[in-house]
Amino acid sequence: MTALRDAFLSAAVALGLFGPMVGLVTVSSDHGLFLRARPVAVAVIVGLVFFGRLGMLTWRGRNRAEATRANRAFAERITRAGKYVTPVLLLAALALPFSGSRYYVDLGTLVLTYIMLGWGLNIVVGLAGLLDLGYVAFYAVGAYSYALLATTYDLGFWTCLPLAGILAGCAGVTLGFPVLRLRGDYLAIVTLGFGEIIRIVLNNWVSLTNGPNGITGIPRPTLFGLRFSMDGGDGTFAGFFNLEPATIQRVIFLYYVIFGLALLTNWVSLRLRRMPLGRAWEALREDEVACRSLGINVRNTKLTAFGIGAMFGGFAGAFFATRQAFISPESFTFIESATVLAIVVLGGLGSQLGVALAAIVMVGGLEALRDFLSFLGDQMGSELFSGIASELPLYRMLIFGLALVVMMVLRPRGLVSGRTPGVSMTAPKEIDAELVAQGRS
Amino acid sequence: MTALLSLSGVTAFYGAIQALRGIDLTVEQGEIVTLIGANGAGKSTLMMTICGNPRARTGEILHQGQDITQFPTYQIMRRGIAQAPEGRRIFGRMTVRENLLMGAEVAGRTDIDALLHQVFALFPRLQERLSQRGGTLSGGEQQMLAIGRALMSRPTLLLLDEPSLGLAPLVVRQIFGAIRELNRTTGLTVLLVEQNAYQALRLANRGYVLVNGSITMAGTGAELLARPEIRAAYLEGGGHA
Repeated sequence: MTALRDAFLSAAVALGLFGPMVGLVTVSSDHGLFLRARPVAVAVIVGLVFFGRLGMLTWRGRNRAEATRANRAFAERITRAGKYVTPVLLLAALALPFSGSRYYVDLGTLVLTYIMLGWGLNIVVGLAGLLDLGYVAFYAVGAYSYALLATTYDLGFWTCLPLAGILAGCAGVTLGFPVLRLRGDYLAIVTLGFGEIIRIVLNNWVSLTNGPNGITGIPRPTLFGLRFSMDGGDGTFAGFFNLEPATIQRVIFLYYVIFGLALLTNWVSLRLRRMPLGRAWEALREDEVACRSLGINVRNTKLTAFGIGAMFGGFAGAFFATRQAFISPESFTFIESATVLAIVVLGGLGSQLGVALAAIVMVGGLEALRDFLSFLGDQMGSELFSGIASELPLYRMLIFGLALVVMMVLRPRGLVSGRTPGVSMTAPKEIDAELVAQGRS
Repeated sequence: MTALLSLSGVTAFYGAIQALRGIDLTVEQGEIVTLIGANGAGKSTLMMTICGNPRARTGEILHQGQDITQFPTYQIMRRGIAQAPEGRRIFGRMTVRENLLMGAEVAGRTDIDALLHQVFALFPRLQERLSQRGGTLSGGEQQMLAIGRALMSRPTLLLLDEPSLGLAPLVVRQIFGAIRELNRTTGLTVLLVEQNAYQALRLANRGYVLVNGSITMAGTGAELLARPEIRAAYLEGGGHA
């Protein structure tokens, strides 16, 4: 009964919200602007909310123990599936450029960039437990380092890549120093501020960064000295291999570069996690005081987490600069930090596979959804839905937000929340989300 | 011969509030020394001040004759002082083995297996639970883990802060038995903070009584146990655990 009342209430709220937003549409004609009502569309949405809420409450009302068991079985299944998912994803990523479609390779490059950023941030947030809302700052430092070094001193991409990483790492340590004493929310606020400071400095230091106009003509990377230019002469990729010069060669090359960089990030963080340093990070996330009492130098441990996390952000930034060939402060706004953090949290803090899946869903999924919705809109020619159908792509952010909410209700600890202990004497035992929750002391 | 640890005139503050008012205390090599006192007397503060967190405002703390008052916490711990802090503070989401390895970080990470075996000899229960998460252990097992973790750094001085807190009497006896065993076989020096005065004083060679941030009494364990004011203040009514 309460469920029914609750559902009615939700439907009323939906009516209030969507009534004006969806129910009224402006139509411009020769005689001016007219308002047109669309009661059917509103009715469909309100109905969906009503039954959705009712369904959710019934699902929640199940026997608690049964729900827990079902959840655990689900986690087990996911863990088992994880063994197969990883190689499948790797193969798919390797094979993607052979699809020959420029659109998919570009999308894949974008997704991989976010996967790499996610893995980098995962070191700071997932392993060391330091909530960083300004990760985009290091991305920006890496991008501008490469752009400025390349355009001013005429250095190549492969020379600048480590330099960009080192500079971003230094920025990470610089940020780390003042926030050593801060935890939780306070740390988040300061890192958020740091992200904004970097962006504003880039915007206003016109003599160095060219301000809001950005930096243009950033050189592309080379393959062992072979350029990817269109003239097809000596010293170019196409000329060397006797191929017809084509843009797609460069696009595919860039794809494999970011693929390699992302794998490097993954490999390094997996190795680090098995090292004493990685263990110290995880211990730091659990209890700082206990860490100190065991003789762990908390300052250095935190700074290395910031530094190494930032370094990978810097690598990704340098790649971003070389791919776009143009950067401006506009590319490094807060929304980037938020997206990367959402990827890490959605993926399950500390889980490498989870971060990859979340990046695919968040970045690739959004694009796929847009395609799917346009396709659906084209197919549904019916009078009733034609209005909604043409606007469907506009609703993708709404659907995306809804998906996030559903995720947080169903799997609040992220997609892949189980975690294998880094070291164990006998066979490793997988510990599922329920125990993770209990284990919080 | 210099004492292993000696404090003289140590004061410590939390903001404007003075928690320690000039503490003088020595711990000799191979002793078990206990510090008893009521809630809020400053026992845990004293432990933490030895570790440099909060730092002593005045006075000096000598470890093996060297002044460690201004040392950063992690360096104090690396000198061979280990603490099993109050409330155990084990890493709940890490396995028992990982927790123990965290303790070995300071010891130079050699002979890990030998260290692990020493801990398992003392607390066989930990070996059974090796790949289990710290947070899923019972209270007593967590306390064993906290002590085991502290022992992994091969300390010369072990600081134990209320190891009996929240544990069943039987488990308390087990833990105190293990401490006595350690002291007897390896000569490990122990500074023990306890509210459970009866057990602590029976275990200890010497004891100090802390009241409102100052030491009011000192003596051997047996002496203190026999003092009528101690019996009145800390034993009767408090109950024997």
